[in-house]
Amino acid sequence: MAESDPHRPALVERLAPLVVVALLAAVPPVAQMLGDPFLIKVATRVVVFAIAAVALNLILGFAGLVSLLQAGLFGVGGYAVAIAAHHVFEAEPIGFSALAWEGSTDLALTLPLAAAVAGLVALVTGMVSLRTSGPYFLMITLAFDQMLYYGAVALQKYGGDDGLQILTPLSFAGWDMSNRWRFFYFALTMLAVVLLVATRLVASRFGIVLRASAENERRVAVSGIPPYAHRLAAFTVSGAVAGLAGGLLAAGQQFVSPADMHWVRSGDFVVMAVLGGLSTVWGPVVGAAAFVVLELLLSSWTQHWQLAFGLIIVAVVLTLRGGLSDLVHLAGRSRGAR
Amino acid sequence: MLLEVRDLEAGYGASKALFGISFDVDEGEVVTLIGRNGMGKSTTVKSVCGLLKPFDGEIRFRGRRIDGRAAHHVCRLGIALVPEGRQIFPNLSVRENLVMAGRVRPEGREPWTLERVLDFFPRLAERLGNGGAQLSGGEQQMLAIGRALMTNPDLLILDEATEGLAPLVRDHIWTSLDALKATGLAMIVIDKELDALIGFADRHFVVEKGEIAWRGSSAELVADPSIQEAYLGV
Repeated sequence: MAESDPHRPALVERLAPLVVVALLAAVPPVAQMLGDPFLIKVATRVVVFAIAAVALNLILGFAGLVSLLQAGLFGVGGYAVAIAAHHVFEAEPIGFSALAWEGSTDLALTLPLAAAVAGLVALVTGMVSLRTSGPYFLMITLAFDQMLYYGAVALQKYGGDDGLQILTPLSFAGWDMSNRWRFFYFALTMLAVVLLVATRLVASRFGIVLRASAENERRVAVSGIPPYAHRLAAFTVSGAVAGLAGGLLAAGQQFVSPADMHWVRSGDFVVMAVLGGLSTVWGPVVGAAAFVVLELLLSSWTQHWQLAFGLIIVAVVLTLRGGLSDLVHLAGRSRGAR
Repeated sequence: MLLEVRDLEAGYGASKALFGISFDVDEGEVVTLIGRNGMGKSTTVKSVCGLLKPFDGEIRFRGRRIDGRAAHHVCRLGIALVPEGRQIFPNLSVRENLVMAGRVRPEGREPWTLERVLDFFPRLAERLGNGGAQLSGGEQQMLAIGRALMTNPDLLILDEATEGLAPLVRDHIWTSLDALKATGLAMIVIDKELDALIGFADRHFVVEKGEIAWRGSSAELVADPSIQEAYLGV
């Protein structure tokens, strides 16, 4: 029997991202019913990590590039938001004379700033690292991540190793963002937008070229398309979205630290993407949810939670080649077979 | 002259494979590179397409030097390659394989669009949504040719386009190439099927140990069986 037409995915697959977002949207009311506001905090963490993992998957799942720089870019975004707020709190402008800026606590300004700075860092590091491939690409992105990490540790003015606390309330265009509910739905809206844009991007000609270059770069070049330029553009976009996610993390927990930039965190993002499924845009959202929830559950049972977590990852990767999102595909297929 | 190759020397790493290849292709002309395996035909084609940087020599397309330029650049100037071994993208659908290469060039002939390619290869139209990996060998070859046409080339290079295909499918590909020739598209063809080539191409270049050992028209090639014996192992 012929496989399903990739251009007319089964209804269940097209609905999956909507269901995922709707399930997340249901968390705050459920948390209130259960009298457990901690759940909202968990869900916020899931949403923020999901944005970074979806961004990573643009280059990992679709362009075939395993980058360990994602946490660094994530952290750059976090520091952008935190530093801008820090200067407002200290009433001490950034820069001097004509170029002085008093900082900002308005996320309508600092989140785009976070994305722009992280995107710029991604552009510059990408120009170098994308000249290599395979294990060399992995090592260079790892090196850049460590540079960013130690760069943040060296920022004594902004807390260094201890991280930087945001001591002023943040807002978004006049809305107070210290409200847990409001901030959660704000972040969830961001995730929905990122999912929508990423879906469009992957289906566009740009996305086709990206997927093609993952398969064979020379073949792309003889079709008249420079693969490097496309990869660099994707790397930059992915980095900018990671910066946005990092900015949201810093805003949500009113704190950012170099720990969020360590390469092990980059590995976590790769795990989220793989666990959720590399072949779909929304898979990493499921991966991020599974990651955050398992981390919480397992670490409450045992200190050596990574041991159990590792076994679960192995089991998922071996049984579901498309990650957890494959469960939906399987459901769709068995329904179609009936 | 559309393409001029002069004293081309190229190779892989330290080992040289081409020792001064010279040939040319005129507008709308079909030429072949023939010869036994390992004599340098594919290396020549790779050098022309920018996949291999030549050691020495000149390659001119419409008078412009193109040797050493990046592959995507060469393609944009109007040279398309159908590489050896049916190189399609198995992870893309048929439509995506075609659309990704699509590029309109302002000058000249009626442009190749997705519709025109699908009219030309109706088999592909039936399999538009299929993944590249699900196609038969013949369909994959049609797709590879279709993708090359989507770049709207002035020179199409086919490296072993009929290799490993069933006879019926092979005939179909040759018929398609005849139709392409009729549109005035210039081609360089590498193939083992000499009978088909003699009927199809205008001129032939025999490549032997990295040099052009013989050149001539189809009539001259047919008239001199010793050439086929000496260089083609027929």
